[in-house]
Amino acid sequence: MKIISADKIKNAVSDLCVRANLVLRGDVLGALKSAYLSETNNRAKRILEAIIRNASIAQKEKIAICQDTGLPYVFAELGNGLHVRGDLIKAINAGVEAGYRKASLRNSVVRNPLQRARPVYTPAVIHIDAVKGDKLKLTVFPKGFGAENKSQIKMFNPTAAISEIRKFILEAVKAAGPDACPPYVVGVGIGGTADYAMYLAKKALLRRISKGASGMERALLKEINNLNIGPMGLGGKTTCLGVNVETYPTHIAGLPVAVNISCHALRSATAIL
Amino acid sequence: MKKITTPLTKKEIARLKAGDEVLLSGVIYTARDQAHRRLNEEIKNGRKLPLNIKGEAIYYCGPTKTPRGKIIGACGPTTSSRMDAFTPLLLKSGLKGMIGKGVRSEEVARAIKKYRAVYFLALAGCGALLSKYVRKAKAVAYPELGPEAIYKLEVKDFPLIVGIDAKGRGVYAKD
Repeated sequence: MKIISADKIKNAVSDLCVRANLVLRGDVLGALKSAYLSETNNRAKRILEAIIRNASIAQKEKIAICQDTGLPYVFAELGNGLHVRGDLIKAINAGVEAGYRKASLRNSVVRNPLQRARPVYTPAVIHIDAVKGDKLKLTVFPKGFGAENKSQIKMFNPTAAISEIRKFILEAVKAAGPDACPPYVVGVGIGGTADYAMYLAKKALLRRISKGASGMERALLKEINNLNIGPMGLGGKTTCLGVNVETYPTHIAGLPVAVNISCHALRSATAIL
Repeated sequence: MKKITTPLTKKEIARLKAGDEVLLSGVIYTARDQAHRRLNEEIKNGRKLPLNIKGEAIYYCGPTKTPRGKIIGACGPTTSSRMDAFTPLLLKSGLKGMIGKGVRSEEVARAIKKYRAVYFLALAGCGALLSKYVRKAKAVAYPELGPEAIYKLEVKDFPLIVGIDAKGRGVYAKD
């Protein structure tokens, strides 16, 4: 069995935190650039230009893309042929803290959600999956909370029409409106249980946007971009850069649908060890 | 493009219209959720505020740590609506400007009109870019709140859009 040290995991997570927060994802930057080219509203175009310039300053000068460096969310896919020497969860949290400190990112975590004492860096929210193979795939996803606050879930009847589901997703984006830094990327989770649907919605945001979009994703993207929310909510046809839908089997009695929205600064970074 | 400076005067506020793009120079103070709660408590308890807010502008912002060699880290706006419940009392106490992102409650819009103040939108999600307009930054109150402390920022030509003007008119399209 292959062995990996906790230290190696810590260092990888640290690097991923820095990369995710300083270098905007290629697919997101690409989507912003094509939106800039096709946008016809002058103000929207200028805001998109500023967003693109912001990404370039962040990368060149090593300043976070956004001051909300997120609640660090970490996905780990651990191969069953790989043994971790040490504590995987401790290593991930130590890596988050090291990376956040190194890049002067923000300590946005409060240990007690009710008492809300002085903010710290960790713990991250961590999901670990067991997979085949002898590798460890790590993804760091700093989730900004302006957009996270706009999350919605609805338990539909199993007989609900697709049009009702589309309407719910559209209303969730409308409710986010100008608040959560549009243009958005919309993650949708359909199926599973209430909690699992939201997990799927979050995971959907990690998939490259505008690639292999299904019919439903394309239709939703078009409908959302017709809302005229636009960059900063000031109008324009660029309200959404991409819609990603993930599905999972569910119970005969239900149809959970979750929406997890990301701001235009959709940040994540992945490494395979 | 209109240029304005802080502290904001009656005259300067009066010539701003919702949708105007302006460049703001001078001092602004950051304050977000926890600082707003504390400022409200101090006012309600008749205590002196840690800063004089008369004529001043508050920026809803919690910057990152400051990278080595920089004046400030990323420092974009946070969602304004979370401050709505605390805003009317601050306006009543003399606050004239607010900078953030997103919609405000009807109550805040009414208070802005009543006290002849102004709400600005800053470039949302552009914290790295906005750091370039900050000349000085210093924590001046509640340092134990970390990123939620009150920072005094000196800004030069900080780009803003008027979100709600002193007549209570808003920039966002209504449903």
